[in-house]
Amino acid sequence: MAKNDLIGGSLWEQYSNKVSTRMNNPEHRGEISEAEAKELGARLIVADWGAESCGDAVRLYWAVDPKTNRILKAKFKSFGCGTAIASSDVMAELSIGKTVEEALKITNIEVEMALRDSPDIPAIPPQKMHCSVMAYDVIKKAASLYKGVDMASLVEEEIVCECARVSLRTIKDVIRINNLTTVEDITRYTKAGAFCKSCLRPGGHEKRSHYLVDILSATRAEMNKDKLLTQAEARDFATMNLIQKHRAIEKALDEKIRPALAADGGSVEIVDIREGEGTVSVYIRYLGACKGCISSTKGTLQFIESMLKRELADNIRVLPV
Amino acid sequence: MDRIYLDSNATTIVDPRVKEAMEPFFSQMYGNPNSLHDFGTEIHPYMRLAMDRLYSGINAKDQDDIIINSCASEGNNHVLKGVYNDLIRNGPKSEIITTQVEHPCVRNTCAFLESLGVKIIYLPVNSDGIVDVDTLRRSIHPDKTALVSVMWANNETGLIFPIAELAAVCREKGVLFHTDAVQAIGKIPVDVSRVAVDFLTFSAHKFHGPKGIGGLFIRKDLKLTPLLHGGEQMGGKRAGTINVPYLIGMGLAMEMAVDSLNYEASTVRRLRDRLEDAILTIPDTMVVGKRALRTPNTILASFRGIEGEAMIWDLNQNGVAASTGSACASESLEPNPTFVAMRISDELAHTGIRFSLSRFSTEEEIDRAAVLIRQSTQRLRAISSTYKNSK
Repeated sequence: MAKNDLIGGSLWEQYSNKVSTRMNNPEHRGEISEAEAKELGARLIVADWGAESCGDAVRLYWAVDPKTNRILKAKFKSFGCGTAIASSDVMAELSIGKTVEEALKITNIEVEMALRDSPDIPAIPPQKMHCSVMAYDVIKKAASLYKGVDMASLVEEEIVCECARVSLRTIKDVIRINNLTTVEDITRYTKAGAFCKSCLRPGGHEKRSHYLVDILSATRAEMNKDKLLTQAEARDFATMNLIQKHRAIEKALDEKIRPALAADGGSVEIVDIREGEGTVSVYIRYLGACKGCISSTKGTLQFIESMLKRELADNIRVLPV
Repeated sequence: MDRIYLDSNATTIVDPRVKEAMEPFFSQMYGNPNSLHDFGTEIHPYMRLAMDRLYSGINAKDQDDIIINSCASEGNNHVLKGVYNDLIRNGPKSEIITTQVEHPCVRNTCAFLESLGVKIIYLPVNSDGIVDVDTLRRSIHPDKTALVSVMWANNETGLIFPIAELAAVCREKGVLFHTDAVQAIGKIPVDVSRVAVDFLTFSAHKFHGPKGIGGLFIRKDLKLTPLLHGGEQMGGKRAGTINVPYLIGMGLAMEMAVDSLNYEASTVRRLRDRLEDAILTIPDTMVVGKRALRTPNTILASFRGIEGEAMIWDLNQNGVAASTGSACASESLEPNPTFVAMRISDELAHTGIRFSLSRFSTEEEIDRAAVLIRQSTQRLRAISSTYKNSK
């Protein structure tokens, strides 16, 4: 909490002068007619994005030179709040003179930066950031119309937080690399969820296809699974868990020891495995001919222990019961 | 440029006579009314006069209580949490009935009680935007329902709820009834001798009194656990040294508000209708709720193709103060529950603008506002991507 939050009602006070100016008098408002486009030797693109029912809708007009793919003229119309109008105006302005490919690289973050009065002070309060996303989306729509392709094909990455433009890939990576355990951590590392907060969890301002809470729990589950798999594949006896050690010992018995004992009509089974004080104690019981054999406490025992030591680890002790 | 204030449902100008009446109680008669010496006791006659004005303003009896507090939010919290404590936490009841269109100070307090395990029933409004008496009758469970809380008039639409009938149903079923009368006092008659309310809350700044003072009417002999514990002020029912100058101001403001009811019903209503008629001559506009069902000062209008915040921004640039409940203008980004409850289509939920007048509004202001509203509508529709300018 800061003093401003306690006083309240500061939404408009947090708009930059540029936002106010463009809201009051958007320079690129209006339409481009077919005739105008023709005169420029350009192809007219009219892209609509959003809906009144969502509280935001924007229409972008582009006159594009078909030979160079360059945007010669851009206009917009908007059903939206001050932020939506101001950011649509900047978005139209930034697209003029660019090729369609170049225009596709304009993000809402760039639009917001262009609306700042000073580089360090945000142009709009955090909760209005999502109003600038509309401008980004409508460019994608216009480009897809121009290229005659599906809009989805132009979105290279799956975006989780539209306001801060953070992709699913980035969020997953950040969780893994930094071993993050809370949603607040994700926001701290990536800024995802710091603005309109819709992507934090279901039930926010907008319905999203991904939520940080779900991504976090899914990624944590994946990480856990990976850890278990890594352990399961452990080659190093010392790092194995008890079940893995048991399996490794059984395997060594099957491959190196039991065939030799079987030749004399005997066998061996594991009764218990205990770890402690730097040693792994394997308790065994002789079966068949080995049972009661004089060598079972001496030569055979030594053979089993040295074989396990060679195959697995030096700290194995074998104890008959 | 003379600004035009059309946001009187948010707060009102303090009547200069109210301000004048408060003046001596800051630096001349500044004693604590609970003190035994003259500095304290010399204030009592003035406090008594203020209390008399409040009691007669809503026609309360001497045996009833009007607890002086800080605002209607406090009063509403007091009623809801007090009844919860007395009848649910320490009693046999388990639920509270309210509506989907209450002010946040009721809705959020109910949500808090819900988190403590209380069942809250949120009544819908009908297509007129009104809470239906039969809907309430069907929802009450006399063995379970601790309290019914319904606002007297809605802050967004100005729609007046049938409080007398709703209260009568509760009285008949033996269930306590509370009404948030913040938007009713000074706009329409509020008479607790004719309406069977058990609790009623109000706030001075909605009827040309100062901000930060309000009242809670409690019908005689009803027990209600205090919200603020402490000293013996307000007979032990609300601790905290009373804001003497503001109480004096609220008393006078109440008397003047009640005296102005005829003016509200005639002149304010005429000016409101004049503005409403002017708005409706603009194509593709509508106003929510029938005029006869509304407080005389309120218009909730929709301008097709214009997002609400953009509209109040533009009006503000031209010196007109109005408000919007649409998603984009509130800091929380939440959709307006009144629109949702009234099943007003989603498009309109983002285009609603509230104009609320007061007895200080003038005909010249209204006519000038009408012109400015038309200009803003034209400007914003010209850049609207959704408004079909075919006409």
